[in-house]
Amino acid sequence: MGTKTLYDKLWNTHVVRVDDTGTALLYIDRQLVHEVTSPQAFEGLRLAGRQPWRTSANLAVPDHNVPTASAERAAGITDPVARIQVAALGTNCASFGITEFAMGDPRQGIVHVIGPEQGFTLPGSTIVCGDSHTSTHGAFGALAFGIGTSEVEHVLATQCLIQRPSKTMLISVDGELGAGVTAKDIVLAIIGAIGTAGGTGYVIEFGGEAIRALSIEGRMTVCNMTIEAGARAGLIAVDEKTIEYMRGRPYAPSGELFEQAAAYWRTLVSDDDATFDRVLHLDAASIQPQVTWGTSPEMVLPIDGQVPDPAAESDPVKADSIRRALAYMGLTAGQPITEIAVDKVFIGSCTNSRIEDLRAAAAVANGRKVSKNIKLALVVPGSGLVKEQAEAEGLDRIFTAAGFEWREPGCSMCLAMNADRLEAGERCASTSNRNFEGRQGQGGRTHLVSPAMAVAAAVTGHFVDVRTL
Amino acid sequence: MQPFQNFTGVVAPLDRANVDTDAIIPKQFLKSIKRSGFGPYLFDELRYLDHGEPDMDCSNRPLNSNFVLNDSRFSSAQILLARENFGCGSSREHAPWALADFGFRVILAPSFADIFFNNCFKNGILPIQLKSDLINALFEKASGATPLQIAVDLPAQLLTLNDGETIPFTVDAGNKQRLIEGLDDIGLTLQQADAIREYEARRRIEAPWVFYTV
Ligand code: SF4
Repeated sequence: MGTKTLYDKLWNTHVVRVDDTGTALLYIDRQLVHEVTSPQAFEGLRLAGRQPWRTSANLAVPDHNVPTASAERAAGITDPVARIQVAALGTNCASFGITEFAMGDPRQGIVHVIGPEQGFTLPGSTIVCGDSHTSTHGAFGALAFGIGTSEVEHVLATQCLIQRPSKTMLISVDGELGAGVTAKDIVLAIIGAIGTAGGTGYVIEFGGEAIRALSIEGRMTVCNMTIEAGARAGLIAVDEKTIEYMRGRPYAPSGELFEQAAAYWRTLVSDDDATFDRVLHLDAASIQPQVTWGTSPEMVLPIDGQVPDPAAESDPVKADSIRRALAYMGLTAGQPITEIAVDKVFIGSCTNSRIEDLRAAAAVANGRKVSKNIKLALVVPGSGLVKEQAEAEGLDRIFTAAGFEWREPGCSMCLAMNADRLEAGERCASTSNRNFEGRQGQGGRTHLVSPAMAVAAAVTGHFVDVRTL
Repeated sequence: MQPFQNFTGVVAPLDRANVDTDAIIPKQFLKSIKRSGFGPYLFDELRYLDHGEPDMDCSNRPLNSNFVLNDSRFSSAQILLARENFGCGSSREHAPWALADFGFRVILAPSFADIFFNNCFKNGILPIQLKSDLINALFEKASGATPLQIAVDLPAQLLTLNDGETIPFTVDAGNKQRLIEGLDDIGLTLQQADAIREYEARRRIEAPWVFYTV
């Protein structure tokens, strides 16, 4: 019986060398590249006269800046600065020989949706991207984390990163989730419990029956938001669901090589006697649908909750944060969450734009209508292939019949770098991952929820427990 | 990268927790394909009253007079004093680029977000984590009538305040060395190219699927 955590196993197999300060050179198997954090890295390579170390280890896609309206896609990006950046990704990939799924390619989509979809994300691998939500790929028992542009360049040039080992935390979600409660609610509840800095310095492994019961898509939602708890990475052990998901994907191995890989992947679990630096248990049955009320993901409440009162908070820094958040969000202490009316609804982002998310959203939207007070309700699929699949299942028609707009894939209103955004003071029920001030547009007010809860807010015009619809 | 040299600088107190990278440099500036020129847009939404866009001339923009960097005492600050979880959110290196471009070389906070913390070292900024009570005390001193000045000694890992108080700090040995020598990480790693090739050769046998290409 071993004593290694899953993290230890991943770390140990990727260490090239450790220097006398205890810093390791860690080998990186895969890098995903997008248009926002890569131009300066490619420029750095060019200035130093360097070539990528292993070209095929990289896969690129534009997602943050791309328009999601078909007309603008066809006509070309209107914003000149964004157009230059998307074009720069194209020329950089072409000149360095890196595969790119350009706009118009059906495989284009959000970087963290397409990696797994293509089988580029392999269990047991190390995966990086110049994007904090790279933690998503930890759902496959892969060590995946976001890096800055200097490190993007470093990986391009050397296929390695300079790293120190992290501490390990196990969060076990025990028992069964209630009906209508989703992966998004689990991860929001966890962030509410440990705080946005609760995971700093740790890699968090999620375990327990409720995590095992999640689909791969649900596991990606949980790992995606690990970064919102401050952790370096999130991890979920490999099981048969992981292996079945990988089978037949374009970038995954096939035939004999797949079986050989699968045999190894099955070992990617923490040993029974592994010890973690911190262990936390959460009772799945106690988790209700969650809604964030403030300007940090830790400011979250169950749907039957009431907006907190800063006067009841003893820590002055926290009380001040609550006061600021209430003012920014235009809420009053004690207000029930269910009485908060919404202006816009956004279903999408690397947290919740996969086929399963769209199915869950469509199930609630089916036969209902978007409420009159909603100015815009958007559904933005995570990739061209998710879009095709959803259309084959007729989900697009359910959404449009209910009054949602059905868009082309990209990050869209998750960060509002393109035309999809909130105006100052507008309030949004969003399936994305960050509710920071200005995230969805300057002065915009974001409430993070699951896809089903977002649709429930869309059809009633305010937050409501989807289980009571 | 320029080697990090000891200096004495003014401390600007930024009294809010969870300052995210979008607050440090808003997303519209991320469309730039350059890595310089972000300084005027540092903390754009907090610093100006209008909406900033890339390439805007900032000299005539309306300033938020309540924002610390708009106070003339702090306009040439080189040390930023911050609260919990500074630099959370996106991995954008534009955040340290903007801080460095403005002139910040040291950030003091009770905790930092992980990716931001690493990104600082890549850009010649020294992030220093100090205990909450020390940070609270520094906020008090920095908010007084005369600005707080601190002498930063990286080799000795020591801060000396203008009132004579000294505060030792810790820093990872590897990061310290790279900052002091201004070393190019990539060049250093490439000195180990043989070790990387040996590792790859071994992995191609152990885990050939990792190297499978379409
Ligand atoms: S969907 Fe949002 S969080 Fe995800 S990669 Fe795009 S901008 Fe980042």
